[in-house]
Amino acid sequence: MTRPARDRAIEGTSRERAIEGTSRERAIEEISRERAIEEISHERVLESSLGERDAAEVLRAPGPDAFGRAPGVPARVAVTGLKLADFRNYAALSLELDERHVVLAGDNGAGKTNLIEAVSLLSPGRGLRRATLDEMARTGAGGTFAVAAVLDGPDGAVRIGTGVTEPDAAAGERSRRVRIDGAAQKSAEAMLDHIRVLWLTPASDGLFTGPAAERRRFLDRLVLALDPAHGTRVAAFERAMRGRNRLIEEGMRDPGWLDAIEAQMAELGSAIAAARVEAVACLAGLIAATREDHGAFPHAELALEGEIEALAAASGPAGAVEDRYRAILAGARERDRAAGRTLDGPHRADLRVLHGPKQMPAELSSTGEQKALLLGLVLAHARLVGATVGRAPLLLLDEVAAHLDGRRRAALFDVLDSLGGQCWLTGTDAAVFAPLGARAQVFEVAAGRVLPGAGPAR
Amino acid sequence: MSKSIAGPEIERLIQLLGKLPGLGPRSARRAALTLVKRKEALLAPLARACTEVNEKVGVCTVCGNVDTVDPCSICRDPRRDDSTIVVVEDVSDLWALERAGAMAARYHVLGGVMSPLDGIGPDDLNIRSLIERCRSGRVGEVILAVNATVEGQTTAHYITGEIAGLRADGIDVTVTRLAHGVPVGGELDYLDDGTLAAALKARTRF
Ligand SMILES: Nc1ncnc2c1ncn2[C@@H]1O[C@H](COP(=O)(O)OP(=O)(O)OP(=O)(O)O)[C@@H](O)[C@H]1O
Ligand SMILES: [Mg+2]
Ligand SMILES: [Zn+2]
Repeated sequence: MTRPARDRAIEGTSRERAIEGTSRERAIEEISRERAIEEISHERVLESSLGERDAAEVLRAPGPDAFGRAPGVPARVAVTGLKLADFRNYAALSLELDERHVVLAGDNGAGKTNLIEAVSLLSPGRGLRRATLDEMARTGAGGTFAVAAVLDGPDGAVRIGTGVTEPDAAAGERSRRVRIDGAAQKSAEAMLDHIRVLWLTPASDGLFTGPAAERRRFLDRLVLALDPAHGTRVAAFERAMRGRNRLIEEGMRDPGWLDAIEAQMAELGSAIAAARVEAVACLAGLIAATREDHGAFPHAELALEGEIEALAAASGPAGAVEDRYRAILAGARERDRAAGRTLDGPHRADLRVLHGPKQMPAELSSTGEQKALLLGLVLAHARLVGATVGRAPLLLLDEVAAHLDGRRRAALFDVLDSLGGQCWLTGTDAAVFAPLGARAQVFEVAAGRVLPGAGPAR
Repeated sequence: MSKSIAGPEIERLIQLLGKLPGLGPRSARRAALTLVKRKEALLAPLARACTEVNEKVGVCTVCGNVDTVDPCSICRDPRRDDSTIVVVEDVSDLWALERAGAMAARYHVLGGVMSPLDGIGPDDLNIRSLIERCRSGRVGEVILAVNATVEGQTTAHYITGEIAGLRADGIDVTVTRLAHGVPVGGELDYLDDGTLAAALKARTRF
């Protein structure tokens, strides 16, 4: 290869930018077109009902914007209808909802987590249990299932349907289908245009003390909610890396092939690292700006660890990280062959968390402190997503409220309101959610059935 | 498995139709029924067309396209520009680009992409024949119109390296690739014609 790697690297990044640029431009164009229509109709309506001068004043006055939301508060996207077919322990379910928070109360094994797992499928990926499609299909139902939701948000009502439809397809071919307003989507990522779903479940309880891989996955989910392209990049990087591992294992007979794969890994890996650095910086910034020293949830201090991430964080010329990583990979072939895998890369990163008020590593904090820290982190992330995307994310909190004392629970409910989105909460005891009052709709879950619960009506 | 409701010949037809992309068992049944009902207008001509194509079809020894003549119609077309080769993964991509009508160039069909995980290497693809075509000296530009997948881009990188290696023999071929509008992870076959045409016009040096 006679052309310097440099040129190609830079072109690689600019190609990606060009692609991102066009899709972003298109999105912006669409939004502004929508907005223009909205504004004109608002104006017309106002003009017809008020005198001309009054209309101008109303339009200028600070207040709800064209979407009817207060300035600075992200738009609410709520699930207002949910239907399940053969999902987990639900043979058939049809729920009518309003845009308030949703409380699911019921005994162990009733189907509360199953229900919010279904809602978590309104985002790309494997849902909040990271289950396989077979696990999610109701036992004995033949392997197919469907989740259909009606969303109410700034785009009006949007129908999202997802599930598995072909029962007899080979295991490898079975994939989750996504339809939006009846139209089949090529990629599950299309859902991100309408809704972002975030969750916290008891499975994350050991996040700080557990393996780095879990924290990395948590981190990538944080990034994905802000940058929809991140998931594809991570998956593509992993595929490229597995390819490199295979070539190395087979004796590296074709160096040109390794060069080509490492070039891909460098392009993707540097983009992954940059996205992580940016997301963590934004989140850390938001936490620092909104922290309350004696608040209910201790603030977290975040540190992103990783070789490539460190390179990405150090400001340098565009393409420098990519070149550097590519050189690292090229120089480590023999060592990696001995190790049996790739030892350098974004797949080795870790997110280290510090309990802010105590300046104590999260993994050394008490069980309760870790829970509060993690919850605070997820809430801060939800706020960041809302501010970045302009729509408050849907938040799924599984068994979170029950473990908090009364003061923290009240604080949680207030934070949920300030986030501006719909939140789904589960617990065995409906009484825990009493302070939510009319802010939530309560349902009683029992053996795969969902009935209106004893909550106050709207 | 549902029990058969027609004679074995028709069942066999349904089974074969069901193997076509986009046709599930249900639509294969519908297609078979339509054919049988419109025997003279549809079934007979289709059968004849299938026989003829089956007798004549083959892979073009120059570019890897499929056609009933060898070299294929595109390789024979005198109005096309010999100095530009558009490299695609599959014949379906070639057809997509031809539909878009953006280029009057020649093609080269790789027959897949390099994928260590699937055990497909450069020697399993039509890469050597592409390098030989470049070696002929008539080629000035190679446009890599491969998909924006990891494997597609790895293959693109590899080919770029191989073509750059020709410079030692005094052969200088410019390598470009599609620039705009092809989404990351996107497959050419699915893109609309306008996007494809724009992507071809705005290609960049690799
Ligand atoms: N694929 C499946 N088909 C049928 N039933 C299933 C399937 N997967 C899980 N279940 C059942 O669903 C039931 C409800 O599970 P779920 O986790 O939703 O309960 P839960 O209400 O969250 O309980 P807990 O309070 O203990 O967390 C379990 O008893 C489980 O056996
Ligand atoms: Mg549960
Ligand atoms: Zn040909």
